[in-house]
Amino acid sequence: MSSIPASAEAHGASGEATALLALKSLSVRFAGVPVVDAVSLAVHPGECLGVVGESGAGKSLTFLAALGLAPPSARVSGEARFGATELIGRSERTLDALRGRRIGVVFQDPMGALTPHLRIGTQLTEPIRRHTGLSARAARARALELLEQVRLGEPARCLQQYPYELSGGMRQRVLLAIALSCDPQLVILDEPTTALDVTIQAQILALLAHIKRERGIGLVLVTHDFAALAGLADRVAVMRNGRVIETGSAAQVFHAPREPYTRELLAAAREPPGPAAAAAAADASGTGAPVLAVEDLAVHYRRRAPGLRRAAFVALEALNVALAPGESLAVVGESGCGKSTLTRAALRLIGVAHGRIAWLGRDVGTLPERRLRPLRRALQLIFQDPLASLDPHLTVERLVGEPLEVHHRALGAAARAERVAAMLERVGLDPALGARRPHELSGGQCQRVGIARAMMLAPRLLVCDEPLSALDVRAQRQIGALLDALRREQGMSVLLVSHDLNAVRRLCERVLVLYQGRMAELGPSEALLTRPLHPYTRALLEAVPVADPDVQPGRLGAVPLSERGPPAEPGGCVFRSRCPLASVRCAEEHPPWIEARAGHWVACHHWERGADGMLRA
Amino acid sequence: MPGSIRGCAMSRSDPRRRALLAALVLGALVLLALFGPAASPYSYRALDWRHLTAPPGFVAEHWLGTDALGRDLYVRTLSGLRLSLLIGLLATLVSVLIGVAWGAAAGWVGGRLDAGLMRVVDVLYALPYLFIVLILAALFGRGNIAVLLLAIGAVGWLTLARVVRAQTLSLKRQAFMEAARAGGLSGLQMLRRHVLPNLAGTVVVYATLMVPQMIVYESFLSFLGLGVEPPRASLGSLINAGARQMLSAPWLLLVPATVLVVLLLAFNILGDALRDVLDPRQR
Repeated sequence: MSSIPASAEAHGASGEATALLALKSLSVRFAGVPVVDAVSLAVHPGECLGVVGESGAGKSLTFLAALGLAPPSARVSGEARFGATELIGRSERTLDALRGRRIGVVFQDPMGALTPHLRIGTQLTEPIRRHTGLSARAARARALELLEQVRLGEPARCLQQYPYELSGGMRQRVLLAIALSCDPQLVILDEPTTALDVTIQAQILALLAHIKRERGIGLVLVTHDFAALAGLADRVAVMRNGRVIETGSAAQVFHAPREPYTRELLAAAREPPGPAAAAAAADASGTGAPVLAVEDLAVHYRRRAPGLRRAAFVALEALNVALAPGESLAVVGESGCGKSTLTRAALRLIGVAHGRIAWLGRDVGTLPERRLRPLRRALQLIFQDPLASLDPHLTVERLVGEPLEVHHRALGAAARAERVAAMLERVGLDPALGARRPHELSGGQCQRVGIARAMMLAPRLLVCDEPLSALDVRAQRQIGALLDALRREQGMSVLLVSHDLNAVRRLCERVLVLYQGRMAELGPSEALLTRPLHPYTRALLEAVPVADPDVQPGRLGAVPLSERGPPAEPGGCVFRSRCPLASVRCAEEHPPWIEARAGHWVACHHWERGADGMLRA
Repeated sequence: MPGSIRGCAMSRSDPRRRALLAALVLGALVLLALFGPAASPYSYRALDWRHLTAPPGFVAEHWLGTDALGRDLYVRTLSGLRLSLLIGLLATLVSVLIGVAWGAAAGWVGGRLDAGLMRVVDVLYALPYLFIVLILAALFGRGNIAVLLLAIGAVGWLTLARVVRAQTLSLKRQAFMEAARAGGLSGLQMLRRHVLPNLAGTVVVYATLMVPQMIVYESFLSFLGLGVEPPRASLGSLINAGARQMLSAPWLLLVPATVLVVLLLAFNILGDALRDVLDPRQR
């Protein structure tokens, strides 16, 4: 087979618009239960089909089944035509000639989709050589060219690297390069940006839009996030419980959705700006003292450096923040910026290099663990992965009752069961679920159990580490609303770590932006999210996708396609290597932490220049 | 599961059904071992001078035949099974107690204690096991069952300690352990509430798989003449005796060997099935 340019062949057969991939009442059953139910969809050349739905809707499975990649226990029926070729029921050999050659696939997990012990070059040249029979040298040249097309910083160096040396965004670019390696006519992308930070997500989305324009190939974008589709998808299909419940042009589905379920998903993606959260009234016992205060906090991790030397990695530096009773504070930033480290250090779950930590006005920085234990009940933690944070062998009832067993030993079993049942009801769980174990619950239910556990002791502070990011959009809204309601009822403080700026605006009064372990900006959420002072905050905000196909293309067009530059040399401002405002001064001195406006702090030499450019709507 | 031959063969059957089947076979064997000898008119040491080396079915009273001294093979096999089971279970119990305590302590406390405890395990691993048994046998006399138990148990717990330590270490890193710490649980409470119960599945499975191993050890020692002494019999000593007359009287080898194979298979299948049943996340 020679490498014919994709579009030429696709249009060549006949003048009419034949579909690249046409699914006709495709069904997938597991043990008789339909998981994909009579799905009919078509992708045309040069078109991007967006498939959206919650987890378990059968989105990914539909396309895996069409490619013969469904698990062996799945029963696939119906039709899936690729051009003139029927795919269902074909031999592996026939499919192998198409997969990777004519149809590229990018899987969801950029960590798991690359073989850890092979260099990127090997993994990239393998499909090229297998499908096109190019020589090793020619394949390498082609690989370099591909890495340039996906805008990887140093393609030649990247070929020599192993997957673990690359960041998540770089891996996703490599996977995209592999998918594009044999000039496919169709590329199927399964949640390509879900595991990435907003800024990286925006880059990948912009890159996809660019590739679609340049190559004119068909794209299938499977995602749970409507906003990721805006600006990319030409047509949108909404899936629920294995069925396609609505299809239409992007404009039609986004602006005039027919199904209530579609409207619900869209509403979840399009958070109305609305009023920012207000402080909950602190409860009567509230003294004036901050619930949590850290001063000059620093956390260093020991990390193995190249060679035998061990170097300290600065996870947090010079952190000062205090939470008043009833206040909610959000901590935002990219992964690796020290958000989670801050929560763990503030709760004294990890060691700190230096700094003061006070709980409820009491210095706990030097207390031994034994003395801390009784104090811990006032500060509770909710985790990102709700399932992993629950002991798998305990029932829901025991899990929620455990804090009482530990801290209120005098309480009898009956009284405890009563309070557990009341709490389960409060967090919106059927008390009948009490006998289940965590793995028998959905993600949202698990997170409710986690919240019930934390709320059992009526804490003064709830620390939430990405409590929504592992959940479906609708569950995110529900859990967010529950957290907000509980905060108001109890008058407790909330420290919310999140990368979801919409959720942050809704739930928190103040926002702290971290970049590489340092405070970049701190201020009231309304002001900070609409009139940011720090260039990094602005970059974050501009990267958030907007679920509107009229606005989003413009936003994507403004995103640079290539990845960010190398990390800054030590000294000076840590953000300067990515900063559009960077000057000589930024490399020389670390910007001071100044109160630019009332209650609005920033660490930037050029905040005044930044403040002029209002955020584009 | 697909990938291994056993996995392919077994993947269609429900692990609960497999476990039940293996447990039924084991139960039948245990009942036979407990009551079989008493229900027979013969004792394992009674000699029948009229029927020496009688093949199975040759005389109605000895339906599985007799050995060279005219002892009933059916009764001897069952009493051998009883002794083998007893030694296997006791040795496993001893191994589990030592192994879990040792491994959990090393994994949970970590640091120097971990290093110290695990180096002891390494050293014991390195010692030639057979050599130690020979010394023990020479010191305490052959055929001493307590010594035999000690010798077998001394080996079994080493691997279990390593398994338990590894499991404890991985449990320690789970998010729910951090949740427990943030919830104000003390180290002991965390160990009791969250570590040991989560170890239980692994330990039960491992112990089930260890019993047959222990029985094989015992059979091996008895086969070498270091285990039980005549006239008592274990499956190993019976197989040893049978092997000597393999050509002239094959049933003396085949009968105890078959029982041993069925016993080991039942334990192994039960252990495998339990592993599938007990892991709550795989259900």
